[in-house]
Amino acid sequence: MKRVVGVVLVVVAGTAPFWVWNAYHLHTLIMAGIFSILAMSLNLLLGYTGQLSLGHAAFFGIGAYTSALLTLKLEWSPWVGLLVAILLPALAGFVIGRLALKLRGAYFVLLTISFAGVVSLVSVNWMALTQGPLGLPGIPPVELTLPGLGAVSLRSKGAYYYLVLGAVVLAYGVCRRLVHSRLGRALVALRENEPLAESVGVDGTHYLVLATIVSAGMAGAGGGLYAHYTRFVSPEVFLFTYTVTMVIMVVAGGKGTLAGPVVGAVIFTVVPEALRAFASWQWQMLLYGILLIATLFFMPRGIVPELADGWADHWRPRPRTP
Amino acid sequence: MSLEVRDVSVRFGGVAALAGVSFDVEPGGITSLIGPNGAGKTTAFNVITGFQPPTSGRVCWAGTPITGRRPCRIAALGLVRTFQKTSVFSTLTVGENVLTGLHLRGRTGLLAALLGRRRVSEEERTLREEARAVLATVGLDARRDDLAGDLSFGEQRLVELAVALAARPKLLLLDEPASGMALSEKAAVATLVRRICDGGVTVLLVEHDMRLVMGISDRVLVLNHGRLIADGAPAAVQRDPEVIRAYLGAVHAAA
Repeated sequence: MKRVVGVVLVVVAGTAPFWVWNAYHLHTLIMAGIFSILAMSLNLLLGYTGQLSLGHAAFFGIGAYTSALLTLKLEWSPWVGLLVAILLPALAGFVIGRLALKLRGAYFVLLTISFAGVVSLVSVNWMALTQGPLGLPGIPPVELTLPGLGAVSLRSKGAYYYLVLGAVVLAYGVCRRLVHSRLGRALVALRENEPLAESVGVDGTHYLVLATIVSAGMAGAGGGLYAHYTRFVSPEVFLFTYTVTMVIMVVAGGKGTLAGPVVGAVIFTVVPEALRAFASWQWQMLLYGILLIATLFFMPRGIVPELADGWADHWRPRPRTP
Repeated sequence: MSLEVRDVSVRFGGVAALAGVSFDVEPGGITSLIGPNGAGKTTAFNVITGFQPPTSGRVCWAGTPITGRRPCRIAALGLVRTFQKTSVFSTLTVGENVLTGLHLRGRTGLLAALLGRRRVSEEERTLREEARAVLATVGLDARRDDLAGDLSFGEQRLVELAVALAARPKLLLLDEPASGMALSEKAAVATLVRRICDGGVTVLLVEHDMRLVMGISDRVLVLNHGRLIADGAPAAVQRDPEVIRAYLGAVHAAA
């Protein structure tokens, strides 16, 4: 049954540009894809190590600005820009991780918030580099050189959808491999019981730094994809709202699960857009809030784990072990 | 490889949890560390395994000082402990608990994990087999897919033991492994600890159950108010007047 769901998902996601005619709907799907990457990135920290990064928009923003600046000012290929948009935030993640050497819980949260604050201020005030609040318009689109066809621009929404979809699949693969390996076990062990994990030789600092690096790199990739899609970046990419949206997606979707962040990202990108069609913005926010509260009230562990359990109980009802 | 504890003191404000304790643990055998509540037994464990830096003094393992090293580094040297309060990864299955205990036996790093080399899946398979072997040792193989948190108290203590054993200790420090267990369970744990020791693991044991301690130990160390007051064979320690005074206090002295 799980396999059937998987096949349906692959077919639906893989053919979307062919039956989603409305460009605005396709745009929503592309944003859902980008947010899936961001939510998966945050989930590596929040879901698997248990540490909450409330400055995650910083990695996203650094990725966006990196690729934008490299392609605009140095005229590098957007592909190289995207690669550096992964590497530079990953480096920032390494620094944050090292600083967080002994910081857990609330201290980690504060450190990440401060980091995002600093980076945001730099983006506003370093006029020579970032043009401050004016932002950077005219970021070149991604081009794909195909053998025999020459350079193809991924300017169209349909083509960009596939680029983002590919990135989502890649990010999912990275999370999956990581989580199911010895490293993922170490992360979960640290989340569940740090002293016990340390007592059998799990190096807490090492794995926390590692998780932050991968998470930051992934968020940076999301930023790079966002920059080449909207082709404009401004200090808005550092807004706290982005981080909060990621947290909502991870928690509502199911933190510490592989599919949870993706499900959360799709629902909480599509629903607000859908609400626009028939509600004024005040009602949109109200309904969004009600939906969020209802989700967390009825499915406190998140949509994916609760549905998965409900599904299992439905198919093989068995008494709970005492 | 022997453990040397030299003049270790730990002060919490004005309270001396340990006040200049020195002892050696030679390889092989079961050494028990006993003493009334608050004598400093668990603090001694915390110092040896790096969870508590001593105020003064040092701990050496195989001749190298290990004071001030982090717990995970000390574990990597083969000093593995269990905790006084039941401590398992309760939301993970019993099998996953033991796999986590096998952490140091794996080599897979970030790149290998992401590239998904065949070596990685082979290592994973080997580790799973090892985990089953460890679970068989403590008799929990049948429960490997159950959540550790769903197990009975006694079984959780066995999971703890399995996790520690998986880390391949050279010196295993057990903090009250049989506390809260029924009599039959205690006997089983005693047999198990003896078997672990016969398998070549040196055991340092903190335990309150005197029958268990006296039946299993090759040597007994007695702590009282942070000082070592006796050290010797179980029978000799039981007759030591100072030990009797420490345990029974003035009541016995008056009698």
